[in-house]
Amino acid sequence: MMFELLGIPPQVLMGQLLLGLINGSFYAVLSLGLAVIFGLLNIINFAHGALYMMGAFVAWMLLNYFGIGYWWALILAPLMVGAFGIVLERTMLSRLYKLDHLYGLLLTFGLALIIQGLFRNYYGISGLPYQIPAALSGGTNLGFMFLPNYRAWVVVASAVVCFGAWFMIEKTRLGAYLRAATENPTLVGAFGINVPLLVMLTYGFGVALAGFAGVLAAPIYSVNPNMGADLIIVVFAVVVIGGMGSIMGAILTGYMLGLVEGLARVFYPEGSAVVIFVIMAIVLLIRPEGLCGRAA
Amino acid sequence: MFRTLAVATTLGALGATTALAQGIDVKLGVLNDRSGVYADLSGEGSVVAARMAVEDFGAAAKGLNVTIISADHQNKPDIGSNIARQWYDADGVNAILDVPTSSVALAVADITAEKNGVMINSGAGSTALTREQCRPTTVHWTYDTAALASGTGKNMTDAGGKKWFFLTADYAFGHSLEENTIAVVEANGGEVVGKVNVPFPAQDFSSFLLQAQGSGADVIGLANAGGDTVNAIKQASEFGITQAGQKLAALLFFVTDVHALGPQTAQGLSLTEAFYWDQNDQTRAWSERFMAIHGKQPTMVQAGVYSGTLAYLAAVQAVGSAKDGAAVVAKMKEADIQDPLFGTVKVRGDGRATHDMYLFEVKSPDQSTGEWDLYTQVSTISGEDAFLPMLDECDFTKK
Repeated sequence: MMFELLGIPPQVLMGQLLLGLINGSFYAVLSLGLAVIFGLLNIINFAHGALYMMGAFVAWMLLNYFGIGYWWALILAPLMVGAFGIVLERTMLSRLYKLDHLYGLLLTFGLALIIQGLFRNYYGISGLPYQIPAALSGGTNLGFMFLPNYRAWVVVASAVVCFGAWFMIEKTRLGAYLRAATENPTLVGAFGINVPLLVMLTYGFGVALAGFAGVLAAPIYSVNPNMGADLIIVVFAVVVIGGMGSIMGAILTGYMLGLVEGLARVFYPEGSAVVIFVIMAIVLLIRPEGLCGRAA
Repeated sequence: MFRTLAVATTLGALGATTALAQGIDVKLGVLNDRSGVYADLSGEGSVVAARMAVEDFGAAAKGLNVTIISADHQNKPDIGSNIARQWYDADGVNAILDVPTSSVALAVADITAEKNGVMINSGAGSTALTREQCRPTTVHWTYDTAALASGTGKNMTDAGGKKWFFLTADYAFGHSLEENTIAVVEANGGEVVGKVNVPFPAQDFSSFLLQAQGSGADVIGLANAGGDTVNAIKQASEFGITQAGQKLAALLFFVTDVHALGPQTAQGLSLTEAFYWDQNDQTRAWSERFMAIHGKQPTMVQAGVYSGTLAYLAAVQAVGSAKDGAAVVAKMKEADIQDPLFGTVKVRGDGRATHDMYLFEVKSPDQSTGEWDLYTQVSTISGEDAFLPMLDECDFTKK
């Protein structure tokens, strides 16, 4: 070995960084959805993990009940989960906009428990098998590590989706309406824009992102009713570090914390589960509005 | 003198008759995980198994009035302890069944000894239940980490897997399983080239798998359970680790986990269990009835709840009362038990039930003829070889 960093050969380090980036992709897509919902609706969506889980289950159901494969599921499952989210928004969440954040949090937390409980009741806790699509099985030897093609796809897909969402919200006319509607719904409504419709679609979109991440996760993680509950706390930490409601903050922090976690897994694996929360504590102490957040 | 004895005998006989006429009240509590990671391998299925045992024992015809209650300990020792105390103190429970999750089982073992109840443990793995924390009121029925190690660990080392790398779930159970397996691996001429303590529970094992891959080990020992093991195996296959010749040893893996993974990914894995539904006519017949009620094939933990309950009820009947837990357990230890699912079972002085363990290999998708047709039996490990020898200070039959 030419040089080693703290006893770790550079190839290993490269491999771990790449893996961190892959995990960061999941954090980015999930925290993006949360940030969109929080930034534009002021709802702390605790049901996000349960909806991510639904995405994975819908993919499994499409395959096992209807014979619909991964690629269609990648489009259909987010649409279906998004539609489910819209129903939730119309029937329940829309009644809470005028109230404190806490009510939305409690409602979505309760919904998450109900959704997870229902899935556990019908499908058990052990999980369900879902194979990697044939076109993406196998992998490439990069010299320093074996990169499964599916993981490479995850990075690309999530980067495209994240950039697309950021572009739509920050750079298009539709995004401008959205942002305006959060600033001053009454005024925007006065210009003849259907604000409730915008809000409903935004929630549906944020939720669809969770469903999309669920489909991405199905072939590599265990598809079980608790898969979202395990992840959601980390994703919340990511959003807090990035700055509540900041789209770009959520995306960048997602990737960055994936990397940090990857490094922790090499140097101090026992601490890899808490490193994100340590960072969150530090950020809250030094910069309470988050890395990219605007001070209130 | 003779007269007194005669009167006493008559009175005793009268007493016995009254007891028989009124029946012996037995209350069983199934305490396990009903919503978390172990809910599929124990959960409601264990309650179904206990009910089947009461029915098959013919409890009512034999003068036993058996009631079964159940609760969720959520894998938390404090919750499990509270329920156990409530059951013994207020609800009149005589025996607690199942209790997966070692930390909860150890807490319940102490309370059971204090209240002179009985714990027939099927779900927990820690060997401490019949060693460091052995109690006269504990029977550990189905398996323990040493038995798992003696099966999978020995077999894989003998088959040429000399260098081991461990991915260990970073809590009591994982460390216990790792320690038992290392002992077996080293005793059979193998060595440990590295290990990682993985935070529990974990979604992504790729970093740890890559470290294992770089270590040059022949075998990657997975000292974890449930969803963690499923994730690790799924990702090992994805990263081409198994294809490149490194073998995975799933040290604790249940039939429900293999079912979750599917034979495509799980094929070729070797694993140790005490029971598989498709072993012989008796296991098939019983499992078919279980499936008809529960909708899934039984795990060894659920089968163990059934068999443990049968043996417990027989002992209660022989003793004539369920009140004195230590006496009932002592009765269980008196003679070998012929069990419909586990064969010949001997409950040792320390409460360890010994019976054959089996090494299985997961079938490939071509070999598997149905959703639950998952294992081929490779070998049988006798009870003496599978379980650790008894510690003298834990032999309660000598005290």
